Amino acid sequence: MTQQTATAAFSAGASQSSALQRFVWNFTDTLIVMRRNLYAYQRQPELLVFATIQPVIFLLLFTYVFGGAISFSTGGDYIGFLLPGIIIQTILFASANTTVGLSVDLSKGIIDRFRSLPMSRAAVLAGRTSADTLRGAFTVLIMIVAGTAIGFRFEDLGSGLIGLLLAVAFGYAVTWISATIGLFVKDPEAAQVAGFIWLFPLTFASSIFVPTQTMTADWLRAFAENQPVSVVANTVRDLMTGTVNPDEIVISLLWIAGIVAIFLPMAVWRYARVASR
Amino acid sequence: MSNNHAIIAEDVYKHFGEIKALDGVSIQGEAGKVLGLLGPNGAGKTTLVRILTTLLKPDSGTIRVGGLNVLRQKRHVREIIGLAGQYAAVDEVLTGRENLVMVGRLYHLSRGDAMRRADELLRQFALSDAGDRLVKTYSGGMRRRLDLAASIVARPRILFLDEPTTGLDARARIAMWDTIRTLVSGGTTLLLTTQYLEEADELADKIVVIDHGKVIAEGTSDELKANLASDFIDITLHDPDHTAKAAEALATISVDAPQADKARGHVVIDVENGAQSIAEVVRALDSQDIHIDTLNMRRPSLNDVFLSITGEEIVEEEIKPQRRGFGRRRSA
Repeated sequence: MTQQTATAAFSAGASQSSALQRFVWNFTDTLIVMRRNLYAYQRQPELLVFATIQPVIFLLLFTYVFGGAISFSTGGDYIGFLLPGIIIQTILFASANTTVGLSVDLSKGIIDRFRSLPMSRAAVLAGRTSADTLRGAFTVLIMIVAGTAIGFRFEDLGSGLIGLLLAVAFGYAVTWISATIGLFVKDPEAAQVAGFIWLFPLTFASSIFVPTQTMTADWLRAFAENQPVSVVANTVRDLMTGTVNPDEIVISLLWIAGIVAIFLPMAVWRYARVASR
Repeated sequence: MSNNHAIIAEDVYKHFGEIKALDGVSIQGEAGKVLGLLGPNGAGKTTLVRILTTLLKPDSGTIRVGGLNVLRQKRHVREIIGLAGQYAAVDEVLTGRENLVMVGRLYHLSRGDAMRRADELLRQFALSDAGDRLVKTYSGGMRRRLDLAASIVARPRILFLDEPTTGLDARARIAMWDTIRTLVSGGTTLLLTTQYLEEADELADKIVVIDHGKVIAEGTSDELKANLASDFIDITLHDPDHTAKAAEALATISVDAPQADKARGHVVIDVENGAQSIAEVVRALDSQDIHIDTLNMRRPSLNDVFLSITGEEIVEEEIKPQRRGFGRRRSA
């Protein structure tokens, strides 16, 4: 009785948002959180500068230090081989920010604030992954400029752009893996390590830096040829060098969709629990 | 009983492994009134607030806030509540104004409304000058004010403040009390947790005392203090060997039996009027040739309330003032 009266007295004023409205809010909330994360990057320009310089250094080192040795197996044009690969590597490493960023947010009270608001729950995560994807895309742009400076040329601009879009889309998918990891680690220090460590085998045991057929161990070659980083790197490489292979593109898109389909719900599931300790 | 309860928790349990954070807690907060949740560190206050504000799921129990079922209508509950936690939940990488606008937008106010509301709140909380500075340059008191401002962006009907003054110095604390008083004068229902009896006394219409996850007393501040004399006098003797003798000499002055700590030569008595009784204390001890090292008169503390209810003191380490810190898990 007591409760019913109270319900009547109180729920009259509560705004009962419609399902459609809530659906739209998923996106607007995401944009708001994304902008907040982008502000953070904008205000730590040194972070952005170093995050950009690092892959450029990689590009220069690999081109000039290893380029001579490796170009035997790539048929001469190492920059054409390397730049698409290094773009994928850059995008993978940029996703480690998602792990660290989320973990930092969790270590502060701000996540409690978000969770006490009538906002979309997925928006906190989606705002993070999309901000980090944009940041990754910005770095890719810098790589193209640096690559062009040392001799890279698109064979075909249209397919080249599609290749870059595919690379960024892959980066977006990977940020959801990183987000999931960020929600499982204990603190930002652990996130620093956990955010990167799984990326090394995926990056180096792939076709990013060297052709996979040069790998001597059969098991390693089998892994390197079929894992998603190689699949996507090969597709992006083909597109950037003017080869359009629809089968390859479809398989890459399936990997991207598959990763999002598994890790997005897992991250959201984990978020609901991790924050409610 | 009143039908007008904005906050109802019935028989709430929450255990974290061995730790019984909440062990069957029931509270009721009347609409438009301030309910003070008083207890030492680790009593379960924050756990209860987190459950009431949808952040944490209880093991069992019924919880209604604003007539809504907190377990099943989380989203609607979030539309009508505001929460300011123990750690200022503001974003360091944004300015004060951006924080408030972001929160307003996430409450789905229009951009213009969110900006106007942010302006208004910055003025109200004396943050106008600092509004366009990054929060990481703010002092502890400023962060708390901003946090409080963020919690009322959407003019919530029911507000939860978890230890809003812990870690603040005396001046900032009193300023915060004024702010909170102004806030609730408009008819907002407030649940406030605190470790300080004085704070509950100043702000709350009704006080619930909680310890080890259980409600151990409730009532108005006056009701709680009815068993307590109005003033306490702490006496430290020059020679601890005289403790028993001093306690005996003071027994007629003290309302309750004097508490004596022989090892430290420490006697505490409670009296109706401290100022008058001090002279009597001095005379009584002087006539027995007992020398006094220090003599202090003070208002009853949370510890005194605890003593009168449970006969036990709060464990010393639990009432140490908390470090000033904003990282929730930094030290864990």
